Amino acid sequence: MSNWPLLSLVTFLPLVGGAFILFLRGDEHLVARNARWIALWTSLITFALSIPLWVGFNPKSPDFQFVEQAEWMPSLHIAYHMGIDGISLFFVLLSTLLTPICILASWEAVHNRVKEYMLAFLILETMMVGMFCALDLIVFYIFFEAVLIPMFLIIGIWGGQRRVYAAFKFFLYTFLGSVLMLLAILAIYWQLGTTDIPTAMHATLPKSLQNYLWLAFFASFAVKVPMWPVHTWLPDAHVEAPTAGSVILAGVLLKMGAYGFLRFSLPIFPDASVYFTPLIFALSVIAIIYTSLVALAQEDMKKLIAYSSVAHMGFVTIGIFTLSQQGVQGALITMISHGFVSGALFLCVGVVYDRLHTREIARYGGLAENMPNYALVFMVFMMASVGLPGTSGFVGEFLVLNGAFEANTWVGFLATTGIILGAAYMLYLYRRVIFGKITREDVRGMLDLSWREKLIFAPLLILVFWMGIYPSSFLEPMKPAVSFVIDRGRLASQPRPHLAAADAVSVADAVPVVK
Amino acid sequence: MMPVPDLLPALPELFLAVAAMALMMIGVFRSDRTSALVSWLAVLVLVFDLVLVQRGPIARTVTFSGMFVTEHFAIFMKSLILIGSAVSIVMARQYNERNKVDRFEFPILILFATIGMMAMVSANDLISLYVGLELQSLSLYVLAAFKRDTLRSTEAGLKYFVLGALSSGMLLFGASLIYGFAGSTNFDQLATVLSTEAGLGSIGLIIGVVFLSVGIAFKCSAVPFHMWTPDVYEGAPTPVTSFFAVAPKIAALSLFLRVMIEPLGHLVHQWQQIIWFISLASMVLGAYAAINQSNIKRLMAYSSIGHVGYALIGLAAGTADGVRGVLIYLAVYLFMNLGAFSVILCMERNGESVEEINDLAGLSKTQPMTAAALAIFMFSMAGVPPLAGFVPKFIIFMAAVHAGLVWLAVLGVLASVVGCYYYIRIVKLMYFDAPAEALDPTAGGSAVRVVMAITALIILLFILIPGPLLATAEAAATSLFPG
Repeated sequence: MSNWPLLSLVTFLPLVGGAFILFLRGDEHLVARNARWIALWTSLITFALSIPLWVGFNPKSPDFQFVEQAEWMPSLHIAYHMGIDGISLFFVLLSTLLTPICILASWEAVHNRVKEYMLAFLILETMMVGMFCALDLIVFYIFFEAVLIPMFLIIGIWGGQRRVYAAFKFFLYTFLGSVLMLLAILAIYWQLGTTDIPTAMHATLPKSLQNYLWLAFFASFAVKVPMWPVHTWLPDAHVEAPTAGSVILAGVLLKMGAYGFLRFSLPIFPDASVYFTPLIFALSVIAIIYTSLVALAQEDMKKLIAYSSVAHMGFVTIGIFTLSQQGVQGALITMISHGFVSGALFLCVGVVYDRLHTREIARYGGLAENMPNYALVFMVFMMASVGLPGTSGFVGEFLVLNGAFEANTWVGFLATTGIILGAAYMLYLYRRVIFGKITREDVRGMLDLSWREKLIFAPLLILVFWMGIYPSSFLEPMKPAVSFVIDRGRLASQPRPHLAAADAVSVADAVPVVK
Repeated sequence: MMPVPDLLPALPELFLAVAAMALMMIGVFRSDRTSALVSWLAVLVLVFDLVLVQRGPIARTVTFSGMFVTEHFAIFMKSLILIGSAVSIVMARQYNERNKVDRFEFPILILFATIGMMAMVSANDLISLYVGLELQSLSLYVLAAFKRDTLRSTEAGLKYFVLGALSSGMLLFGASLIYGFAGSTNFDQLATVLSTEAGLGSIGLIIGVVFLSVGIAFKCSAVPFHMWTPDVYEGAPTPVTSFFAVAPKIAALSLFLRVMIEPLGHLVHQWQQIIWFISLASMVLGAYAAINQSNIKRLMAYSSIGHVGYALIGLAAGTADGVRGVLIYLAVYLFMNLGAFSVILCMERNGESVEEINDLAGLSKTQPMTAAALAIFMFSMAGVPPLAGFVPKFIIFMAAVHAGLVWLAVLGVLASVVGCYYYIRIVKLMYFDAPAEALDPTAGGSAVRVVMAITALIILLFILIPGPLLATAEAAATSLFPG
């Protein structure tokens, strides 16, 4: 089993399923049904195949595991290099878990061009998983950018009223950020003679260059995270995307930016990362407070959750740049937890949207009476989003705030106010939708969760409590990889006389070289 | 008695010239309805010539008293040109039949243009350069006006002719200045003269180089000498436009590369600024001017202007890496453009060709495969990975960053984001918008559909095995640099 190219299998299996879907022919109704089932089974098998990654993962090692390497562009010394460490492991699992959930969530909601829809989701899964596994900057960049194509189509074809505007904004915003990163990757290539990520993570680039390259990567990741003030594409994209599209956007695509900070910005540009930490803190604090206030004023459920995502990602970026074990681990837990929770919240919106075809908060009210199961599920995820102890949200936010207080008391203080605001807007949302008296007949006629919807929420519920009650299963495997990143960051604050020469490029000897 | 020059290095050109004349005889002396026969024979000739080119000497070989040179670089470029010409003839068949311009002169003219282009690629002297260029240009002028009973086509031909003659004049003027100040027209001797202090300092020579660059920039439609392109692209019959977009552009760019790198290589600091500017101007204009276009052929014209801008970044770098980037760019560009034009050739409604972008609305519902193919070409032209168009862009920018042209690279990628807008606008029309009146599902004919399918597969799957093309392009690029 260990000789299997497991990562490549997990990455490219969805494309195989996609190929089957592509060749479906015949009656439209039949094609739609077959496409759904093929997509579901493909994504389930992919998820099953990704489980051994966690089981077989050695939690003691900071190295990349399940490594695969193959020649790709030999004349440029660029290889197909895949592998995962404790940081990427959970994102791979998150992607493979959310994809079948998304497919199930679209089972009845999508009637139009089902074949293309399922195909787009499977392609999207390949790109997401590949991005988290890539150990070569060019391979990473290709997956990172390729995500845009299926997502652009998903928003644009199956989205809401202003889908075209939202799709273009999403595409052009993220494309603009990424192309600058491409140039920075090329600069790294000429500095180090390779685009191999493990090599780059151990190399030391000249300080003057680091700042420029860091900014170029920042342009790309800040848009993806998204950080204030480049977050404006997110509410539009979320509101217009179909439910499953929002789930993937919030659950996985937003993590790509923060993952990028952890994987590239910190280890490859440690000096620049330390230098720019105040910038990140400032933007994150603004994001947390500002978007929480904006969320409070929203009339549209999806928009509210979208703004809450920006606020949560603010915690993540603070946590990452505290450069402390708690802070970074907290950021990772917040990211994974946010993947489950915001995904689930969008699914909750999708449940009522499928029944009433509106996301306006004022149209609902009193759902606790006729949809008790729904009210319960919604409450759990709402509480997890607020950060109630016992749920996954608490663990992440607690660790992040711990790290933040240690790094800078003011940042810690201001971020904590964001938690209070977060509780305010989530509880306010919940009160307006679930409590009160039912005043409208169509709301009274809404049915509670179907078995399919319960099936969608069940794994997310389990995971939210698992992470909240016993977070060690998640914290342990990421520990060594996180310490490595932090050590790289700490390296920056120590004097390094042997690097005084301006253009010296050397590999730090103290750090063990990853194969 | 004059010694007979070594003919072997020029065998592909000679064969093509003889074959073209033989085919012309067939066309003239056989009774009517010979165009199908001549077309397919011409394709056969081009394919056979491709084999001849491939089997030619890889090492640098000079013949005809130093007028003609061939090496790996020439083989690479000629192969691309031959593929472009052959596919253009195949794609033109049905269009010409339907539009009643199915005459045997069409493939013959393409063959003559191809000989001219191959001579351009192999030119090692300002005179042979000019002869090749004019043979190509004269054939192209006629081709542009091939649909001679329509106003737009004749207008395109005339416009192309007048402006093309002007640019040829400038090129000739530049060549004469260079000859006057350097004392030779031969590229090798020019390189020797220019390697000395005296040669480098000559102002007259620099002026000559400027005029020469202007002439060549005109031929590859780089800004600010691009004005003819949109009109000619729009007016010329679609198969001719698709031919214009690939083969002559590749020939002009390879001429640009050879002239700048071989004889004028020592003047790199002088011409680098010129190329820097026209490269940037082409990228920016190609991106912005295309946004408001409603005719798809005009849009492709601006798109090709933009692509020339990106390719010229590689020349501006002035290194073997940069040239390698240009070669890869042209190879991928060839297939992207042939593919995109194969879709445009399939745009017919009620038997009439249509060219408005809005005619594509909702194509994904009526013709999902055609729409998917065009979407692949558009994303590829925008340079979005994992499609083939990304690879050359990334290699070109790589060379630019290495050569220190960081600002050119930064502005280039920003222009590519703007350009991305109009490419994905076509995807939006096909996928997001409600269907317009449906296009004819079988338009274009099977040959064009086959071209579409093959090019789409190449563009889609290129990323899996880019290695061979990269290695070939690298060998071809290094063959252009002495030592």
